[in-house]
Amino acid sequence: MSWEVVIGLEIHAQLTTKSKIFSGASTAYGAAPNSQACAIDAGMPGMLPVLNHAVLGKSIMLGLALDAELGMRSVFDRKNYFYPDSPKGYQTTQMDFPIVGQGKLEIELEDGRKKVIGVTRAHLEEDAGKSVHGIVPGQTGIDLNRSGTALLEIVSDPDMSSAKEAVAYAKKMHELVQYLGICDGNMQEGSFRVDSNVSVRRPGEPLGTRAELKNINSFKFIEKAIEIEIERQIELIESGGKVVQETRLYDSEKDVTRSMRTKEEANDYRYFPCPDLLPVIITEADVEAVRVVMPELPDAKRARFVSEFNLSDYDAAVLTGSRAMAEFFEKVVALTDAKDPKLCANWATSGFSAALNRDGLSIENAPVSAEMLAGMISRLIDNSISGKIAKQVFDAMWQGEGSADEIIESKGLKQITDTGAIEALVDEVLANNPDQVEAYKGGQEKMMGYFVGQIMKASGGQANPGQVNKLLMTKLKS
Amino acid sequence: MHNLTIKQMSEKLHSGEITSVQLTQHYLDRISQYDGDLNAFVTVTPELALSMAEAADQKIAAGDAELLTGIPIAHKDIFCTDGIKTSCGSKMLDNFIAPYDAHVVTLLKKIGMPILGKTNMDEFAMGSSSESSYYGPTKNPWDHKAVPGGSSGGSAAVIAAGLAPLATGTDTGGSVRQPASFCGITGIKPTYGAVSRFGIIAYASSFDQAGPLTRSAEDSAWMLNAMAGFDERDSTSLEREKTDYTAELGQSLKGLKIGVPAEYFGAGLDPEVETVIRTAITEVEKLGGEVVEVHLPNKDLAVPAYYVLAPAEASANLSRYDGVRFGYRCDQPQDLEDLYKRSRSEGFGEEVKRRIMVGAYALSAGYYDAYYVKAQQLRRMVRDDFTKAFESCDVIMGPVAPTSAFNIGEKSDDQVSMYLNDLYTIPVNLAGLPALSVPAGFANNRPVGLHIVGPYFSEAKLLNIGHQFQQITDWHKQMPAQYQ
Repeated sequence: MSWEVVIGLEIHAQLTTKSKIFSGASTAYGAAPNSQACAIDAGMPGMLPVLNHAVLGKSIMLGLALDAELGMRSVFDRKNYFYPDSPKGYQTTQMDFPIVGQGKLEIELEDGRKKVIGVTRAHLEEDAGKSVHGIVPGQTGIDLNRSGTALLEIVSDPDMSSAKEAVAYAKKMHELVQYLGICDGNMQEGSFRVDSNVSVRRPGEPLGTRAELKNINSFKFIEKAIEIEIERQIELIESGGKVVQETRLYDSEKDVTRSMRTKEEANDYRYFPCPDLLPVIITEADVEAVRVVMPELPDAKRARFVSEFNLSDYDAAVLTGSRAMAEFFEKVVALTDAKDPKLCANWATSGFSAALNRDGLSIENAPVSAEMLAGMISRLIDNSISGKIAKQVFDAMWQGEGSADEIIESKGLKQITDTGAIEALVDEVLANNPDQVEAYKGGQEKMMGYFVGQIMKASGGQANPGQVNKLLMTKLKS
Repeated sequence: MHNLTIKQMSEKLHSGEITSVQLTQHYLDRISQYDGDLNAFVTVTPELALSMAEAADQKIAAGDAELLTGIPIAHKDIFCTDGIKTSCGSKMLDNFIAPYDAHVVTLLKKIGMPILGKTNMDEFAMGSSSESSYYGPTKNPWDHKAVPGGSSGGSAAVIAAGLAPLATGTDTGGSVRQPASFCGITGIKPTYGAVSRFGIIAYASSFDQAGPLTRSAEDSAWMLNAMAGFDERDSTSLEREKTDYTAELGQSLKGLKIGVPAEYFGAGLDPEVETVIRTAITEVEKLGGEVVEVHLPNKDLAVPAYYVLAPAEASANLSRYDGVRFGYRCDQPQDLEDLYKRSRSEGFGEEVKRRIMVGAYALSAGYYDAYYVKAQQLRRMVRDDFTKAFESCDVIMGPVAPTSAFNIGEKSDDQVSMYLNDLYTIPVNLAGLPALSVPAGFANNRPVGLHIVGPYFSEAKLLNIGHQFQQITDWHKQMPAQYQ
């Protein structure tokens, strides 16, 4: 008998605010322990939270992008539990009245079909600190730097029915929050955390008991963890067992999930409205103010790249994979007067991206800027250099040897377009290879490639390949 | 010197007749003479007080002074004070020294008011007698067998005994007004949000409000001027134009409509207290006031609602005392749970633990709607009662408490009876209204306060009514014989 898989995701996206959600302390990552926790973040007696209003615009923006109902009046609640990294003994979050209500996100499945995933809600909350083990032997340290960092918890409907769908949704959300500029998306630093609620059931039966998979910081491992959790649940039920509601951790080394805590041990969180904070009221004007500064969303950008620049769906998808890449590409196109967007796309997605990946760099700190790449592509467009030379020029730019023009000039790489000069080269090569000429004339047309190679070699790669081809044909046919 | 009004003191300071150092020393001397027995202070800070007094004298000499500059003050030990222990009356915070000042402390420091010390209080402000303090009960200066009221009992006793000219207090369910009544002094709880809660250790955040404890209404007006005002560090602070609370002092009370709720004079009210209150209201009538009958039909719902909501908020507010970062930590914890359980069991007193448990229960799954949500509904009903009453009157008058001060130990074993002592004050906190207590006589030889409750932001009016009342009575000038 077959099984149906039901998956819902809870995503914690750390908002890109300079200071914390309820205090003025910095949110920069990686500082010395407790150097970025003020008395409010440490839950000191008498300290009070004051909402950082920067979180509101970012939340509204996500709400608009998800076509969601906005919580025009949202309320902060206290979620009570004791834990060493939760300094107040409660987390300030939103329970009954979240800032973003029901919305949706469309994902594309592997076979190209689209599926709409419901987004139940997104609410604002503060992050906890961290327990640090191993600094003092036998004791646990507490680092409160992260305490009070602003999070949006984005909760999906249980609409996904495979690990692949879940990952497609997570990736889409990951791309979206970065596009919107509300989250840096850094999964290693914990800026984007995905918790998966997984359950299985027989078709037509009510929802099964779910297990929650927490703290997995890569899409690859999320997919694997969900897959083995599905297998575990099916095997368990088929062998007569019962799934218990619990939190499970994924061990990527052993490729298993194991129980972290069961529901019986879980807290009664005793939520109630936080009396230190007033309800948050959003006006239509606030929403309008966000709407006018909304960046173009990935799907819209993708469609526009196909229609405006005549790119393939694939290229458009690759270029819009991140907002930074899409903006880089558009800048290169603009700087080359949109003469050859396809060429710009090729360079952005292959040469440039390959170099980034090879050196582990991001667009912002790449040695080749959009201006520099555009400068080189302009020389390709005006036939000053060939594609092959361009690779050489690009590598030199990447090494910091200057702009394309400077490199072409200093290395003498300008393409030979002088017909006389090329003709001389053609004649020379044909004269030196009489046997091959015979073979060609005898029907071996592949010899053409050999001649072109020899001529290009003789020119030091600088002969214009188009002209070489044309002249060769003329000479050989004469 | 300790019989002067604040204004008179200020005039003497400004004219050079006395210095702040002399004035401060005078109070420090009285503290060392009397407080051993009274136990009104948790901490006395003579060096700090005198150095602040010296600075105040320089400020006065430089012509850079305000009315309150150089006048010493005692702070309830719930206001965080940078570098001075802030215990909140609890073993839990016996070792706690805040690295910051409460907003109120900052304001009064800036003016140049020397800090004499920190006053005793019910643990975490939970109580009506100051008996639940880790530092032992404070005595009532009028009768050492009696409690001074609570939770700001230390501050009230200090004023009544002339150990400080001014003191701060906080009022969550009557904690300024009831001790003011029991100690025969003046105290006002302002409109919720008028005074910043920043740096005041939280008991029940939606009720907590700081106010002055003083000898007279006029003194309270001057002090409230210094304490109140918008503070961006408190989200519930009211963003309003700065109010001059002395502005109405001296206005006639002619035509003042005094609402007297019939419900205030029912069973449980001590007959002697009733006589004092009715007499006081007659005095105000002589000043031009007219009594109108009003009704507060839901008065009896206030105490039960309060004892769900305040503990609920407290149960979360006090979760931070877990032995991890500051405050009391048990010896040799075996593991995390042991650390939590023993630090909290050993660090908190009985009443605090009781309220945390009551509050946690009221918020727990399955009970939230029946208790917390219901209590919020009652809170609105109580508030609506006042709104309706103020349609037909300017202020409401009645008793602050159903009795004068009770004996130390008398109600320790009967918490419900202790809770019911606040039945007149608690409704005001539920509604967030301002209310004043002014001394109006004696019942059973112990002081009794007249309770004057007004609409939101009517503090200046309330203080003037108190002031006018104090122009024709001298209850506020009386002092217990041994402290004169």
